[in-house]
Amino acid sequence: MKVLVIGLNHKTANVDIREKLAFNGPKLEEGVFGLRKIPEVKEAALLSTCNRVELYACVSNAAAAADHIKDFLSQFHSIKRQDFEKSLYLHSDYDAIRHIFRVSSSLDSMVLGEPQILGQIKDAFDFALGKKTTGVLLNKLMKKAISTAKRVRTETRIAENAVSISFAAVELAKKIFTNLSGKSFMLLGAGEMAELAARHLVNNGVTDVMVVNRTYERGCDLAGEFNGKAVKFENFLDELVHTDIIICSTGAPAYVLRKDQMLKVMKERKHRPVFIIDISVPRNIDPGINKIDNVYLYDVDDLQEVVDTNIHGRKVEAEKAEKIVDEEVDKFIRWMSSLNSVPTIVALRQKAEDIKKEEFDKFKNKFPGMDDEKTKAVEYLTSAIINKLIHPPTVALKEDSEDRDELIAMIKKLYGINGEEE
Amino acid sequence: MEIILFEIALTFYFAAVTVGILELFKSTKTSSFIMIGLVVAGFALHTANIIARYIMSGHIPIANMHEASSFFSWCIVMLFLFLEYRYNLGLLGSFIMPVVFVFMFSSSMLPRKMEPLSPVLQSYWLGIHTILAFIGDAAFAMAFGIGIMYLIQEHYVKSKHLGGLFQRLPSLQILDEVNYRLITIGFPFLTLAIITGSLWAESAWGKFWRWDPKEVWSLVTWFIYAVVLHVRLIAGWRGKRAAILSIIGFCAILFTFFGVNFILKSMHTFS
Repeated sequence: MKVLVIGLNHKTANVDIREKLAFNGPKLEEGVFGLRKIPEVKEAALLSTCNRVELYACVSNAAAAADHIKDFLSQFHSIKRQDFEKSLYLHSDYDAIRHIFRVSSSLDSMVLGEPQILGQIKDAFDFALGKKTTGVLLNKLMKKAISTAKRVRTETRIAENAVSISFAAVELAKKIFTNLSGKSFMLLGAGEMAELAARHLVNNGVTDVMVVNRTYERGCDLAGEFNGKAVKFENFLDELVHTDIIICSTGAPAYVLRKDQMLKVMKERKHRPVFIIDISVPRNIDPGINKIDNVYLYDVDDLQEVVDTNIHGRKVEAEKAEKIVDEEVDKFIRWMSSLNSVPTIVALRQKAEDIKKEEFDKFKNKFPGMDDEKTKAVEYLTSAIINKLIHPPTVALKEDSEDRDELIAMIKKLYGINGEEE
Repeated sequence: MEIILFEIALTFYFAAVTVGILELFKSTKTSSFIMIGLVVAGFALHTANIIARYIMSGHIPIANMHEASSFFSWCIVMLFLFLEYRYNLGLLGSFIMPVVFVFMFSSSMLPRKMEPLSPVLQSYWLGIHTILAFIGDAAFAMAFGIGIMYLIQEHYVKSKHLGGLFQRLPSLQILDEVNYRLITIGFPFLTLAIITGSLWAESAWGKFWRWDPKEVWSLVTWFIYAVVLHVRLIAGWRGKRAAILSIIGFCAILFTFFGVNFILKSMHTFS
């Protein structure tokens, strides 16, 4: 049995091929069953996300199976083989296992270390498990893919730091305020990035939302979206006294908040900390404000720098993660080959029993007048001898050693056991 | 016997400091678990040592510098374990255990002989006055460690270089809050320690206040923390300034504790 992975992802295929090959909704069930019906495929599971489509299978003949799976994909999605074949990757055995572990650990993701993929893999295998298309091998592989991903998560910092500007803003806010619930927040101006960051803040518990806009109606609309209140532009300075987090994106040609104004605000707030994010270009908030105690001002470049550092940090952590993956793959390969040692042990035992039976029958024919008690004693003696003799090779076969594959081959040769189906 | 307990406790604390400092460079769940384990083990032995000394000498073991330093460390560790349990502030141990170790180590260098109490110390005030003082000072020691953590974290956020310890240090707000709370706990204890001290002085020497160097420095300390609380409540001095003041305050305590005993002559110096 071989493990086989056939698939495509954001690196090998662009979105119009990915969407053609996706298994969405009811297609997933049909897909898994269809895959399982291919004669060479003994176990099957299917992963389909917006960034990747992957088919996992345990097969008896990798080349034939791969060919049939491609035909299956072509028929199932009514798409010509040559249209998607060059976007596919195909891994078997060691590479397949490594690939699955890397995917679950988010080392193959578009955003390194993003956490969703693990849940998606879990769902995919749970689904296949529910449909009974998997077996011993894929089930074990699945469990190990999840535990490897968890090991990577706990032993490295790959998923720790924010890698988008809006998440970086939330992360910083949490290092200033601990808990965002109960904090008040002002959105000054509008804009895609500002609104995205605002949404993340609200999702993280910010309760008191104020929206300031030059056009009051636009402000009212946005305020409705965030369950907040609209504030007239002329009045925003008064509201700053009870605002903890400000996102500014006004597109004004000059500063809308000067240092002397902020100094006054801070005095009135009794110096409770303020976190200001200025996304506007040109900047709308006097950069000198960052010099005031308990005021933390970040502009778009500052946040970008934080994000860049974090992305670099994730790459460094990914190297550690790769090592963990390699370790786990080795363990899994060893487990797989241990499956082969069981039939060998059984065959060895059988061989010994056969010899014993043969010789014992000969013995009984030679001495027909022996009484029962003595016959039993002789039988006991022969059993004891074969047990002693096959004990060491049995132990050696069960042992989790590096060279077990060779050992299995050698024992088969030494004891004249014929290889079965393998 | 009690000396062995002390030495082993000191060794455990030293190991905890080592792990704590290593944690600053690379931390895992197991390493912080190991550190807390070492501190708890050290604390248990340390407690046994103090009880043993109490039983052997028949009085509260704060009668010489060795005992006082040791008891002070014990108070800080107790407070640390409480804060760790209550707030679980990341890396707190790495910052506070070195302080504990400094006191334990100096305690280990000082003469340990148990002598009968001098007549002036034979008073119930000894226990009351010193325990109040040490609990207050332990709270200030903790505020000192947290103040340093605040300054480091504040530097990261302000300078926008979120490297090193940024992820693992607690948030600015929680550090500032705990710092403030510790000072509000320490201050009444220090106040009561000064009051009981002067009552004791009155009963022992017939005078409430004699401008003894230790008394003067305690008063200086008291004023520093009074200022910390005052400017916080009135002018809203929080965050960085509060952290700096709590560090200055602890330096004054250190001087009151060591400086006065070794540099200046005081009748507080032990028999």
